[in-house]
Amino acid sequence: MTSLIQLKGIGKLGERDGLDPQSSILDPPSSIVGPQSSMLNPRSTGKQYWRSLEELAETEEFQQLLHREFPERATEWSDPVGRRRFLKLMGASLALAGLTACTRQPAEYIAPYVRQPEDLVPGKPVFFATAMTLDGFATGLIVESHEGRPTKIEGNKDHPASLGATDVFSQASVLGLYDPDRSQTLTYLGEIVTWSAFLGGVRPAVDAQRATAEAQKPKGGLRILTGTITSPTLAHQIRTLLQVLPTAKWHQYDPTGRDNVREGSRLAFGQYANTIYHFDKANVVLSLDSDFLACGPASLRYARDFAAKRRLTEGKREMSRLYVVETTVTNTGSVADHRLPVRPSELDAFAREAAAQLGVQVAQGGTTGKISHFNWIEAVTKDLKQHRGSSVVIAGESQPPVVHALAHAMNQALGNIGNTVVYTDPVEANPLDGNASLRELVSEMNAGLVDALLILGGNPVYNAPADLDFATALRNVPLRIHLSLYKDETSELCQWHIPEAHYLESWSDARAYDGTVSIIQPLIAPLYSGKTGHEVLAAFLNEPERPSYEIVREYWKQRFALGNQEPPVVVAAAATSGSQAVTAGTKMARATAMTNSSEFELFWRKSLHDGFVANTALQPKTLTQKTDWATQVPNPQSASPSSQLEIVFRPDPTVHDGRFSNNGWLQELPKPLSKLTWDNAAIVSPATAATLELGKRVNELSTNRMSSIGGEILADRIELQYRDRAVIAPVFIQPGQPDNVITVHLGYGRTISGRVGTKTGFNGYAIRTSDTPWFGADLRIARIDGIYSLAATQSHYLIDASEVGERDILRSGTLEEYEKHPSLAPERAHDSHQEQSLYPGFAYEGYAWGMAIDLNSCIGCNACIVACVAENNIPVVGKEQVARSREMHWLRVDAYYKGGEQNPETYFQPVPCQQCENAPCEVVCPVAATSHSAEGLNDMTYNRCVGTRYCSNNCPYKVRRFNFLLYQDFYTASLKMMRNPDVSVRSRGVMEKCTYCVQRIQKAKIDSELEDRKVRDGEIVTACAQACPAEAIIFGDINDRSSRVAKLKAEERNYSLLGELNTKPRTTYLGAVRNKNPELENA
Amino acid sequence: MGQIFNRSTNFISKTTIFGAVFFIGITIWMLLEFNRSSYYTQAFFPREQPVQFSHKHHVGDEGIDCRYCHTTVEKLAYAGIPPTKTCMNCHSQIWADSPYLEPVRDSWRTGKPIKWTRVYDLPDFVYFNHSIHVNKGVGCSTCHGRLDLMPLTYQAASLQMEWCLQCHRQPEMFIRPKSEVFKMDWPPLGYRQAEEGKKLANEYKIQSTAVLTSCSTCHR
Repeated sequence: MTSLIQLKGIGKLGERDGLDPQSSILDPPSSIVGPQSSMLNPRSTGKQYWRSLEELAETEEFQQLLHREFPERATEWSDPVGRRRFLKLMGASLALAGLTACTRQPAEYIAPYVRQPEDLVPGKPVFFATAMTLDGFATGLIVESHEGRPTKIEGNKDHPASLGATDVFSQASVLGLYDPDRSQTLTYLGEIVTWSAFLGGVRPAVDAQRATAEAQKPKGGLRILTGTITSPTLAHQIRTLLQVLPTAKWHQYDPTGRDNVREGSRLAFGQYANTIYHFDKANVVLSLDSDFLACGPASLRYARDFAAKRRLTEGKREMSRLYVVETTVTNTGSVADHRLPVRPSELDAFAREAAAQLGVQVAQGGTTGKISHFNWIEAVTKDLKQHRGSSVVIAGESQPPVVHALAHAMNQALGNIGNTVVYTDPVEANPLDGNASLRELVSEMNAGLVDALLILGGNPVYNAPADLDFATALRNVPLRIHLSLYKDETSELCQWHIPEAHYLESWSDARAYDGTVSIIQPLIAPLYSGKTGHEVLAAFLNEPERPSYEIVREYWKQRFALGNQEPPVVVAAAATSGSQAVTAGTKMARATAMTNSSEFELFWRKSLHDGFVANTALQPKTLTQKTDWATQVPNPQSASPSSQLEIVFRPDPTVHDGRFSNNGWLQELPKPLSKLTWDNAAIVSPATAATLELGKRVNELSTNRMSSIGGEILADRIELQYRDRAVIAPVFIQPGQPDNVITVHLGYGRTISGRVGTKTGFNGYAIRTSDTPWFGADLRIARIDGIYSLAATQSHYLIDASEVGERDILRSGTLEEYEKHPSLAPERAHDSHQEQSLYPGFAYEGYAWGMAIDLNSCIGCNACIVACVAENNIPVVGKEQVARSREMHWLRVDAYYKGGEQNPETYFQPVPCQQCENAPCEVVCPVAATSHSAEGLNDMTYNRCVGTRYCSNNCPYKVRRFNFLLYQDFYTASLKMMRNPDVSVRSRGVMEKCTYCVQRIQKAKIDSELEDRKVRDGEIVTACAQACPAEAIIFGDINDRSSRVAKLKAEERNYSLLGELNTKPRTTYLGAVRNKNPELENA
Repeated sequence: MGQIFNRSTNFISKTTIFGAVFFIGITIWMLLEFNRSSYYTQAFFPREQPVQFSHKHHVGDEGIDCRYCHTTVEKLAYAGIPPTKTCMNCHSQIWADSPYLEPVRDSWRTGKPIKWTRVYDLPDFVYFNHSIHVNKGVGCSTCHGRLDLMPLTYQAASLQMEWCLQCHRQPEMFIRPKSEVFKMDWPPLGYRQAEEGKKLANEYKIQSTAVLTSCSTCHR
């Protein structure tokens, strides 16, 4: 099977469906003179954008795609027995079509309430505040509920970690709630049992533990394994349990947790601390491999602050400058003003050198001047020094503690502490090094010291570092209990599996990045009688039937009585005498709380209503760097030889650590830069691909090999051999990736996940070790026979432009250029002000809806896409259909590159329907299914559509989506509950597209007319705009000159996509501006 | 070789050609008429209900206001079907033993809702909002007919799009003063309707026909 890298007979690949055997890399390129060779060096011809390596290299397949609405073979029937089955289906559908036309509507029934709750009116959604946690940290949310069914997640405007924005995970969590594959039953050894059977089963174990504790046996005991816990109530419960059972221990592990951040603060200050950055005050930011705009508990807040500091509207001509040094391509690096891709082994020396130049005394990695990128460091540190007190140095979660300590020292040296950088006490209830904690647990399990293991959430069998061999260790534990949303790899190895309640079904609490506590309140009763962690712990505390509502409320009652002080852990007789349910201590506390119960009630209701507990944010704290910290840092590591391959592990941008693997919305969401769906890949740079002879070589550039069905990439397969372990991965070539670095996103290769997530991608955890969880050198690869089909959307729905710069697609420039030419229009742009049209114009007398998208703010996080999917009932189509360019997303985020493929500038451009005033789609529809509304929308009437697809063919923006097959799941009961009742659910054969969330427009219009007023500016927010953390999308009435959208459209940066076509789009863009450092620019 | 067809067959061919035109025309006309017929639209035919509820009795004889039961008609998209509680407000005392009301009492006892058959059933791709119609002077009886004269409730209009559009194209021909919206016996204004209607449409700021006939006004 395995053979070391050798050129395989590529001709063999031709047998694979869709690959032209002629296009072998051995063939000379057809013509490599003239303009094409200049394409290879885009800088030589001035401003040029490209969308993928295939475009840069001008591969034939790409040209084919560019000129077609759908790829050549996207509409073909791929089934080998196609004809017969086609006739069968056609016959059946004809018969059905004929029959359905002659039937009357079936009778529908109405079941009103018997006693209607006062505030609940059918048809009127209600909104509740709650919070979602990811790796322990909370984001405040507002959830829309239709007749008791949560249907849509929005951000909580008042919550510090959200400010109204949401990320892809919280948007998609509503699908997680209704996922039919969720675990629905409590099982013991695979048999369905009752909760009381579980209680009976664990009682003897707990009693035995208590006996052990009383006998003061030093060894053995109960172990609790959780993720990072910030929940005050849960932590209090665990602490109580630890007191009751002194032999018990609490371990925390998150595969993509913030261990390095925590250990970095301990290295610098001698204690755990939490760092909060204020990007709205920072003029210069240096990120050391930190993806702070897209990852981590404060990313939404940071994105909002960062965008605010760079917003060039209302005459503002100043923006902050972002330098990013990174070891893989990320969103933050993509929007950086200066980005430097480095190998992970180089970053340590880089940070030390930068620190030294800022006056931090620390051992250096090499002789000054010899270190690579020295000029870069010099320019950056000079810029930082010029902005003392208003700069930020931030280190990434994947960087070792020493880099974090260096970043702290640099911030201190720059006087940023207290200004742009603030320290507080840790947010975590029990901050620790999760990796070490898990290692300790495993060694105890191997030594037979663990009598019982309670795993609350998490999936360690799948995601623990491979060297720990958690699965084998787990088998040594006599009693294993696993609480989780899905029956997963870990449940398989535990005797007891308890279905977990989804956060939308649970009472709990959690803290945000700044310590603000949110009470998590349920929107719906548990669908499958799931249990929360609180309830399982209560079972161990002899309160087996206590609902989590009581547990959480009781905790806060006590805490309220103590003036927001953590209540002491009270262990009373109850815990030792099994029958008594309520401890004397809590009884006493309850008595105290009773005295001011009405005050507490007010506090409780306000906290629930607001979505957070007032005044719980942690107070800024003065911390001084330990004097001897520099001596404690490990010796500088010399960068490994540049010829050696290095590996980088990252959480996946869509399925995170694997927990969202069964979420179809997230699986189908294109990754921000590679635009891969349904898979992860070994990401390599074009140069590395050339060295390793991977991909397809065209015009001296290594590109991904595309098939002719559209988004399919026929990827080479390699075996990643790292530290005696190996995994087979498909290769994806990504511009901007550092050379000789292979990035592996975790979270794929699940073996037991659900019908969506099982067996997608490959498992990066299989080669991840506990000592180097994030990166490492000495990676070897071996070429494996055959190819793997990846579905990537980067080449879908391309706007036809032989050269993007020539047609007005993307505008960008430096701040300097912007000051000189505020329109940022390309010189060669056609005159876009020809107002002639063959068709009569429309008079927009009332409202005229429009949208402005500020490309300067967009960070490409994709939250808008998932928000749109959730709001508009957009179906999931599956990998095979995505590969044929049939994904249904109404909104896509295009990535454009500029410059060479080693380190291009990257620009994101969200493209929804442009809602043209002279819409090409409208005039070609034979049945008037798409028509112009009086307010300027291109209405799409599904029930009229007969599926000719002429409109899509005529759309220059390629924003229309066709239901080639029946993508909607009309039959799964739980999914019916999830849909937005205000939007039609589309069936097969119907065209659809962005409507500007017309259901929200109509609702606001009706509301305003009932109150006899006009719709206020900002009253209508489209789903995409609402989710956007950077506030890049603004929607409103352009007839109202004072509206925000009208003001944005009056900005000089405003331009229309392909404006020269005179389609007069209602969606317009504001060009992106990069604040270049002249020193680096000229270098 | 002789001619295959005799001259006399011309008559047959002419009749078939003209006949086919008429035949196709008649078939199309019949289909359209069928589509509009109350057999197909189910207009004017009462639905079977679990309780033999009479609007005639409650509205016509007792004079109960529409909004006593359909509470949200002025505020929300849905007019609201009354909960069992609303029935029991009176029927715990009046006709408390009537066998006709057994399903109501049963629902009240068991907590199970009464399962009414929907009479006005719009297709799922149509988003109708009661509140905006009621607040713009469209009377209940304009669409629902004289409920005060209906012992068993039936659909008083075809509910086809052409029917909706009559009013969306010319709202002035159908609207009445807001104060009269809930009146069942509001008399048609006859020749004054166009004139009065225009005044009302201005007063109520009824949107232009262009807006009212935009697809997305009703379809989303």
